[in-house]
Amino acid sequence: MVTLLYFASLRERLGCSREEVALPAGAPTVSVLLDELRNRDARWSEAFAPGQRWRVAVNQQMADLATPVKAGDEIAFFPPVTGG
Amino acid sequence: MPIIRVQEADFDTGRELEALTRGRTDVGALASFVGLVRDANDGRAVGGMTLEHYPGMTEAALNDICAQALARWDILEALVIHRVGRLAPGDRIVLVGVTSAHRGEAFQACEFIMDYLKTRAPFWKKETTPAGERWVEARETDDMAANRWKG
Repeated sequence: MVTLLYFASLRERLGCSREEVALPAGAPTVSVLLDELRNRDARWSEAFAPGQRWRVAVNQQMADLATPVKAGDEIAFFPPVTGG
Repeated sequence: MPIIRVQEADFDTGRELEALTRGRTDVGALASFVGLVRDANDGRAVGGMTLEHYPGMTEAALNDICAQALARWDILEALVIHRVGRLAPGDRIVLVGVTSAHRGEAFQACEFIMDYLKTRAPFWKKETTPAGERWVEARETDDMAANRWKG
């Protein structure tokens, strides 16, 4: 299992702030995980459609599509940051 | 070691900056930045905002940014205090303070920390406007400001 977190506008759009999901088989990456999320329904495929701006962090470090994911990881999706 | 605090409560700018130099005689320069909530943004009045963050990663990201500043410039100490939760126009949002022997290093490190914070620390602002609430969009100019420190 891995923990998925969603923040800010992405959390509101998806109606989800946190969930546990099964780790995809094989040698999964953020990209593989994202494909599974997109397959859920239109809400998820649209939120992560090409052209949508979002960022991903794995275990609280900025990551990208190629970053590997393993059991127990915390993977967070969020819009570009706007602090300061 | 950088001093990092993420909190809902306001901070006393004078007291926080004072604490950076108290008891030491090697500090010749203290540069600081305070960010405040404006009453207008992108052509609309702003009645207030809510700041959300990613607990854990926020502190780690701010620590990492300050560590980069400490490694890159000859500075003595770096402080970042960032507020979260509900804020009103005029409220303080963020304080950055940097001490060094000479002013040039402190000025540069302070600006670097703010530029990196704006583009790398996981905070998000949601504004209240007369037309309702809206999430603040990230600005390309902030990316450009951060990119000039590369290389």
